[in-house]
Amino acid sequence: MRLSYPTSIKIVKLPCTGKIDVLYLLKAFQSGADGVYVAGCMEGDCHYLTGNLRAKKRVEYTQKILDEVGVGGERLAMYNMSAAQGARFVEVAQEMTEKIKELGPSPIKKQKSEIRSQKPEDNMKESIPSPLAGEG
Amino acid sequence: MVIGEGKPIKEILAMIEDRSKILLAGCRGCVTVCCAGGEKEVGILSSAISLARQNQGKALEIKEVTLERQCDPEYLEEIRSIVDDYEAILSIACGAGVQFLAETYRTTPIYPGINTNFIGVTQEQGVWAERCQSCGDCKLHLTGGICPITRCAKSLLNGPCGGSSTGKCEVDPETDCGWQMIYDRFKELGCLEQLEVIIPITDWTTSRDGGPRKIVREDLKL
Amino acid sequence: MTSDSHLEKMLGQGEFAVTSECGPPRGADAEVIKKKGALLKGTVDAINVTDNQTSVVRMSSFSSCVLLTQIGLEATLQMVTRDRNRIAIQSDILGAAALGINNILCLSGDHQKFGDHSTAKNVYDIDSIHLIQTVKHMRDEGKFLGGEELKGIPKLFIGAAANPFADPFESRVVRLAKKVAAGVQFIQTQCIFNLERFAEWMEQVRDRGLHEKVHILGGVTPMKSVGMANYMKNMVPGMDVPDALIARIKGVEKDKRAEEGVKIAVETIQQLKEMEGVHGVHIMAIEWEEMVPRIAEEAGLLPRPQIA
Repeated sequence: MRLSYPTSIKIVKLPCTGKIDVLYLLKAFQSGADGVYVAGCMEGDCHYLTGNLRAKKRVEYTQKILDEVGVGGERLAMYNMSAAQGARFVEVAQEMTEKIKELGPSPIKKQKSEIRSQKPEDNMKESIPSPLAGEG
Repeated sequence: MVIGEGKPIKEILAMIEDRSKILLAGCRGCVTVCCAGGEKEVGILSSAISLARQNQGKALEIKEVTLERQCDPEYLEEIRSIVDDYEAILSIACGAGVQFLAETYRTTPIYPGINTNFIGVTQEQGVWAERCQSCGDCKLHLTGGICPITRCAKSLLNGPCGGSSTGKCEVDPETDCGWQMIYDRFKELGCLEQLEVIIPITDWTTSRDGGPRKIVREDLKL
Repeated sequence: MTSDSHLEKMLGQGEFAVTSECGPPRGADAEVIKKKGALLKGTVDAINVTDNQTSVVRMSSFSSCVLLTQIGLEATLQMVTRDRNRIAIQSDILGAAALGINNILCLSGDHQKFGDHSTAKNVYDIDSIHLIQTVKHMRDEGKFLGGEELKGIPKLFIGAAANPFADPFESRVVRLAKKVAAGVQFIQTQCIFNLERFAEWMEQVRDRGLHEKVHILGGVTPMKSVGMANYMKNMVPGMDVPDALIARIKGVEKDKRAEEGVKIAVETIQQLKEMEGVHGVHIMAIEWEEMVPRIAEEAGLLPRPQIA
């Protein structure tokens, strides 16, 4: 189909959205992501039966944490689409990109850049784990 | 096992507000099984706290550790060499673990990251329910293996009270009436006559009312 | 006679007893309880004063009973085990007897969750059956629960509640039997709206011969409105309000529904009078105390017999 989607989106591949972990999502935000969305199979169509339903619950749980820590749960979303829905994939990518643009940069990213511009040496000390470090 | 659940992150953030370097200590015992204070939860809480502090522009250094158990002295020793490098410990073990850390590391402030709720069971994946109030004088042989002190909202020893309705407790329509369960159990066991026995007034000295409890086994002491 | 209770005397002489109850005020105004008591004077043999019912804080049952006693009424102290341990309970029992209260109704009490202080800690050191045992022990053995001798015996007529309508039904008579074994002398039942089920329970009571060991007073509450009937049916656990009763109240014009409620209460009392083993009625006119004399009158319960 050769459809294109926004270049700001980085794809992290998982065997199934059932592999999604609260920590993956949080670490993505810690690393400066402005928004994260999970693209899973259609509900009822999971090859592993309930992987996408579990992902949905973990996404909801993580949204609550993001609300609590001031990042905002609305920066995280879950979408369901089938492998055959290329057009839908693009539509969702655009929709999410628009939404995040409206919300503006993540407060974490803003803080990071401010810290960087003020005290570069401090920033070096701040330990920010890389996404998915130690997971596997 | 001891069942707990994480405190609201805002509450934890308020506790550690003035700290810039903390040790976050989990426990591989009960709280790992009930998904409140194991290695996994250490990671999630650490991430969440870091996000919040990054958001506030107040960097926080967190060292993540998960001890084998926080209720046994030898495992607390695992962190002795690093404790002094941190301003405080945030423990997500049960209340016993938190206190034992405080007793062991007397000059380091300790904060609790979870609430310790009860002694209970995993009813199903993700659902835990209370079964024991550790009264110190088990009466389960009198009540068909169902504890009225724990499972009756009024801890009645001679129920069911007049609020038992269609198997549920008057306090919460989602909660089973403890005495209805005892009745059903007696019926299943074919010993309904046990319901007729008056269970006498409780001696609470074995419970918390007797003051903090302690068990000493001379045969086991070194 | 185990006490100086007028109620005990009435029941002992085989009279069909009439009791009622007052809810104390939510404040320190003594006049409220005195006024409620005065409304019932000459109509009932004893007046219960509820003990922080539904866990809403009110003037204490103890002090309200004393106020009623001061104006010449016989009071029944309701005592719940929710708020007091055995130390406070025994202390209050002694004080109540010393101040001329002759009857005590032993209850476990509504859970604090229902009240206006739902964050409170409850006590439940002992349960209602233990409370019966406690009063009896103090009165008949002359001793505290701890074993020490009492100086001055609290001569109290011991009552308790029974709810024939709660579940499991088969356990209800067992619980009554346990209360009787503990030493209870009179029972006031939960409001009876389902006479059929009550009769069934009474049959079980008679099968065990309990009606000869304890005086049972049937609870009667007049319904003011369809709203009240629905509330009792749906919101009060362990309350059995048949649809037929609600339909009957609904069946009359709106301004005559309270009247119909009174009529039903009177009919209920008349049927209870005919039931073997029922020795009286306990009329609970919730915030409608002024209706009690009329109900008693129409049910043929007045004038109250004068006994020595």
